[in-house]
Amino acid sequence: MAQSSFLNFITKEFKHIFRDTRTLLIVLVMPVIQLLIFGFVISSEIKNANYAVLDYSNDYLTKRLVQRISSSGYFNFKGYLNSYDEIEKVFKNGDAKLVLIIGNNFSQKLQNDRFANYQVVTDASDPNTASILASYVQGIVNSFTTEYFGLTRQKERVSVQSRMLYNEEMNSAFMFVPGTMVLILMLVTAMMTSISITREKELGTMEILLVSPLKPWQIVVGKVIPYIGIAFTNVLVIILMGYTVFHLPLRGNLLLLMGVSSLFIVLALSLGILISTLSNTQAVAMFMSMFALMLPTILLSGFIFPIENMPKILQWLSLIMPPRWFLSALKTIMIKGQGLQYVTSEVLVMLTMTTVFIALSIKKFKVRLE
Amino acid sequence: MKNVIEVENLVKQFGSFFAVNNLTFSVGEGEIFGLLGANGAGKTTTIRMLCGLLSPTSGKISVAGYNAYTQPEQIRASIGYMSQKFSLYSDLTVWENIRFFGGIYGLWGKALKGRALELVEEFKMHDFKDIMVESLPVGWRQRISLAVSLVHKPPIIFLDEPTSGVDPVARRMFWETIHHISSLGTTVIVTTHYMDEAEYCHTALVMVDGKIGVLGKPGEMKQKYGVKTMNELFLSLARNGNSKS
Amino acid sequence: MRRIFILLQKEFIQIFRNKTILPIIFVLPIVQLLILANAATQEMKNIRFTIVDFDNSSESRRLVNAFDQSKFYTLIPVEGNVDRAVELIDLGKTDAVLVIPKRFGESLVEGTPVNVQLMLNAINITAAALTQSYTNGIIQNFASSISIQNTNHIKSKQSIRHWYNPELNYKLYMVPGILVILVTIVGMFLTAINIVREKEIGTIEQVNVTPIKPYQFVIGKLLPFWIIALFELSFGLLIARLAFNLTIAGSIPLLFAFAAIYLLVALGLGLILSTSASNQQQVMFMAFFFMIVFLMLSGLFTPTESMPKWANWFNTINPLYYFMKVNRMLILKGSDFTNLSGSFLSISLMAVVVLGVAILRYRKKSA
Repeated sequence: MAQSSFLNFITKEFKHIFRDTRTLLIVLVMPVIQLLIFGFVISSEIKNANYAVLDYSNDYLTKRLVQRISSSGYFNFKGYLNSYDEIEKVFKNGDAKLVLIIGNNFSQKLQNDRFANYQVVTDASDPNTASILASYVQGIVNSFTTEYFGLTRQKERVSVQSRMLYNEEMNSAFMFVPGTMVLILMLVTAMMTSISITREKELGTMEILLVSPLKPWQIVVGKVIPYIGIAFTNVLVIILMGYTVFHLPLRGNLLLLMGVSSLFIVLALSLGILISTLSNTQAVAMFMSMFALMLPTILLSGFIFPIENMPKILQWLSLIMPPRWFLSALKTIMIKGQGLQYVTSEVLVMLTMTTVFIALSIKKFKVRLE
Repeated sequence: MKNVIEVENLVKQFGSFFAVNNLTFSVGEGEIFGLLGANGAGKTTTIRMLCGLLSPTSGKISVAGYNAYTQPEQIRASIGYMSQKFSLYSDLTVWENIRFFGGIYGLWGKALKGRALELVEEFKMHDFKDIMVESLPVGWRQRISLAVSLVHKPPIIFLDEPTSGVDPVARRMFWETIHHISSLGTTVIVTTHYMDEAEYCHTALVMVDGKIGVLGKPGEMKQKYGVKTMNELFLSLARNGNSKS
Repeated sequence: MRRIFILLQKEFIQIFRNKTILPIIFVLPIVQLLILANAATQEMKNIRFTIVDFDNSSESRRLVNAFDQSKFYTLIPVEGNVDRAVELIDLGKTDAVLVIPKRFGESLVEGTPVNVQLMLNAINITAAALTQSYTNGIIQNFASSISIQNTNHIKSKQSIRHWYNPELNYKLYMVPGILVILVTIVGMFLTAINIVREKEIGTIEQVNVTPIKPYQFVIGKLLPFWIIALFELSFGLLIARLAFNLTIAGSIPLLFAFAAIYLLVALGLGLILSTSASNQQQVMFMAFFFMIVFLMLSGLFTPTESMPKWANWFNTINPLYYFMKVNRMLILKGSDFTNLSGSFLSISLMAVVVLGVAILRYRKKSA
């Protein structure tokens, strides 16, 4: 009898989820949209930057220089300024990110003194873009002046031949596809689970469940199974999209990949369950999931910002973040194509964390029952 | 006696399902009008339409002389409502809930305070005044819901299953309160699935599958059908399928 | 109207009794600001670097030393040859390998060209590209320090002036962005959750039955969170001042004026979401989804100019885009109203439209 009520319960849970088409849709579609945005919108290339020119020489040569810069693809020419004072306005309006000041007698000084009389002023409120744009301008001016005067550039006496290992094509998908996988799994399994279980508590239906012939573990498992299904679907969708749309190679053992993903799913689930034991209302569960899970996932897992560049404290903090370990394992398997022996530490850490979370959840659960 | 509620050919359709199917009745001033029926018969749907919480598919509704379609606001100012599901703020105290709803209905300052104290007195809530509603025992929750619905002294109140889940003693007490309110001139419309409570009403409408099962004064109906209790009446109705009185 | 006052009173009582909202309002900004601003950095600070030196000349050893001295590089030694070094990359023990060939020193002194090989772990191509460019810089610098024979080149006193952030501190750029997130979460999320909660629990019914007008209810619900969100902004700015020494270059009242209008949009969106959802779980996910999309496109991490045309089209109706822009421009550059009038106009229009739709929807749903 307990068996059939368990099955009944699971069926009910599935029905719940499938009836909530809005949430279901969002959860299935979100990874796709996120991948698309990462792939096509957020790029590390800087282009179409608006720039202006303050030209004190105003001769044929400088005009050609401006033309060269404007047609480089990096810059979008906004116009000539009339005075130095106008620079401030242009920056404050956000009309330009960079101003090229060409000094007087540009051509003569170049010819006679071999001196390129120019200055670059950037709006460095966005420091990255500013320094990259400045170096673009320098590069273009350099090659322009060298060309024009037939001067040889100081040949690079040491030429550096670089090889990009694992990622010859410099495909940024190598970073964001595994990262999105971690993020989405965290979202679906941990956050949704915690909210779902807490919901029963908040609406008072948890008590009804607890007095039913269902055992507590059955309640939890029953609640959690549909989300496992959704999570797996997400994993497959992400891998598929990565392969087809973003040319992510499928190196590495697929079975191992699914295995490690399953481990992470269980880990995330245990976290979700733990959070639900700590929250009384759905809003609390959600905020806890957000700040204990989502934010660290985005910030401290190495997804967007490399961990090695962070202050030591944050590096240590990231060690106790489950997503960090999963992401590391994912990259090793998916991109380096390496096998189990290379991810042993990640797997062990994840196993340990899962056990700890489950143990804590059981303890908390028992306490409430008493 | 003046009719404060007139309902004519009221219909509520959800897709192809008729929750309320061609209801016609009227309620006199000061009456206790009972809407009875099994769960799902359409009682709550009817009440919600009368209160303006749900819009009818078709039919005429007039409450306190106002047309439900064109004058919903005037209706709202003239009625009190007690929902089937507990709908007061559990994170406010009893006192705060009364003052809040009183204020919404336009009571202010001394008048508000005075009325609130009156209600506390009437419903004997002195001990519970400053307690969080969520800590109240279930029986008391019904009382405070009733008190809140009366805060603005409406001429008509709608009570949706006010006694479900309440023990028989508390139920009796509740009905005594309803009688008291009615004797002061308030019209009370009550829904319930306890057939015996029909005995306490001046007029009873038994709904079956969205339609009128029987409508009339309990005493008269019992005589007509030759039964001793409304419960028996209902059972015989149910056995015979739909029938109009 | 008095009714609105009563509604506000009740909301505030409830909010302050709610044991979880208060920590969220206070802890949230601190956590986000401190962690996010500190974690978010594009500088390469700790490159693990392995050098295989086949030359072992005084020049090559000086080059190795140049890397050792640099605070950005940590030298990881290797026993053996190139294969062993590449294995270290495989094992994740080092990030890049530089191979200095035989006759490196001699070639430099002679003036003949010489090749060095650099192998990088390119999983994170941004990091790899930066590493490559730093490394190249160090090597070229080193090369030019060895006596030069060729003088036929251009001198340029290349001066670059970086305005508003001369130290190129990425944190200063991120902090205003984080403030946008904070304020939006409080404004949009909390509002939406709060309203749906009343729906879910059923208290909204008791209010709907009263003669309260829809606009009164809406104001009563939105105003508290509007106030709290603005408070959040001030709290966030305070923390930014203390933790990052962020000074606001522009007019603070102007900033709050914009934030106030922006919040009308955020709150309105929260209200619209709440009319579309039947329970808290739904509304949370919907809000989360929209927020993520808006946020990613708003230019938080990458400049919007670099985005494809359609993304820029979309941003014209993306409130976070405007707030992000105005926030950064006002705080970091001191832009004033004349500079920002376009954004003010856009956001005000959005506020009117969004609030209008929100109130209409609410009326329809509660009728």
